[in-house]
Amino acid sequence: MIAVIDYGMGNLRSVEKALQVAGARTKVTSDPKDLKKADKIVFPGVGSFGGAMRELEKLGLVQALKDAIDEGKPFLGLCLGLQLLFEKSEEAPGVKGLGVLKGEVKRFRLKGLKVPHMGWNTIGYQVPRSPGLQARILKGISNDAYMYFVHSYYAKPADKKVILTTTDYGIKFVSGICKDNVYAFQFHPEKSQAVGLRILKNFVKL
Amino acid sequence: MLTKRIIPCLDIKDGRVVKGVNFIDLKDAGDAVENARFYDAEGADELVFLDITASHERRKTTLELARKVAESIFLPFTVGGGISSINDIRGLLAAGCDKVSVNTAAVKRPAFIREASKRFGSQCIVVAIDAKCRVKTRTKQAWEVYIHGGRTPTGIDAIEWAKKAERLGAGEILLTSMDYDGTKEGYDIELTKRISASVTIPVIASGGAGTLDHLYEALTDGKADAVLAASIFHFRRYSVGEAKKYLAKKGVKVRI
Repeated sequence: MIAVIDYGMGNLRSVEKALQVAGARTKVTSDPKDLKKADKIVFPGVGSFGGAMRELEKLGLVQALKDAIDEGKPFLGLCLGLQLLFEKSEEAPGVKGLGVLKGEVKRFRLKGLKVPHMGWNTIGYQVPRSPGLQARILKGISNDAYMYFVHSYYAKPADKKVILTTTDYGIKFVSGICKDNVYAFQFHPEKSQAVGLRILKNFVKL
Repeated sequence: MLTKRIIPCLDIKDGRVVKGVNFIDLKDAGDAVENARFYDAEGADELVFLDITASHERRKTTLELARKVAESIFLPFTVGGGISSINDIRGLLAAGCDKVSVNTAAVKRPAFIREASKRFGSQCIVVAIDAKCRVKTRTKQAWEVYIHGGRTPTGIDAIEWAKKAERLGAGEILLTSMDYDGTKEGYDIELTKRISASVTIPVIASGGAGTLDHLYEALTDGKADAVLAASIFHFRRYSVGEAKKYLAKKGVKVRI
């Protein structure tokens, strides 16, 4: 079973539906016990950095998420779910993120470019296509595949080795991350038609 | 590089897709779920789904229809029409919508934009503006905001309202020219350009598309980030694929 983490801030149905189409058995949950039972975890991002951390704390999910990641369960963070893995964000000064990854989340400050970065943009591989875990999540995805983005903030990992893909929007920012059992994407695979579903399928099959 | 978005709009009445000429005369153009599937397969970049009767008849957008459409496509998806409370938004997002578009309720109570964007994030709050030209001289042009599906003038300046909506937390502006809507004579390029230059959030141009060149004009001269169109797609005058090929050939970055 894949646990889809619900912290009460919005649209989880599309993530759940896409995972089901990709072949997964899912449970949308905010119960820390379900994280223990789950084989894999999907952590969708909706709402704001500060609001999400507050809700996660309230629900007792902060430690449960960290434990699941420590146990080595395949973990997929999407959009804000990628950003929350880091230590902090400019969106919520003073609020601690999950801190699973070192680094911070910054706001786009781009002259002449609209924020949020909203729409379809390409992802570029930053790792060689080796047969390792990193490549498996991107199996069947071309190096310039279009994905759907909607965000005003982007993560800046301290450890460059975790960078899986990058995307250009005025600057080159990190759009995909992989570290051991943790995967995360800034874009929305559940909203990126067939290519996005392929990524979810790859995750389901891991 | 970020691509320009082509967005078919499904105007909904009684569960069917319709498209009004200047907001009043309606023609039936098919089933909503079928349309959504069709456009998903054609490569549309997003879909917008507007209950055009919801606002003035105080009718809530049908959650069930939204749910069905959302379950049939894996494409970003906006719903608008008669949304007036945080609860309305919560329900629609739970049904599988990605964004909601607010119009009348936001004009009547601008703080609604702030509350909604705080609660759900700016990225899912689209402010729809129906604008009509009220002054046009050689040196000056101004547009007025209308609400209730284009029936009620508000006296509010469209550019000022767009700026205020952004300040309050709107993530995007869906800008419809009431003067051009349904005419097939092209988008209101001047209006689109002025609004787009006044805000830093994306602007979707709407109202007036009749040819592929109209899409091109709105995305280049009009500085729009996306174009919304209904009848040219609904009546299969052009496919979304044809539109994208045309734009790509003329140097506009689109997802093909």
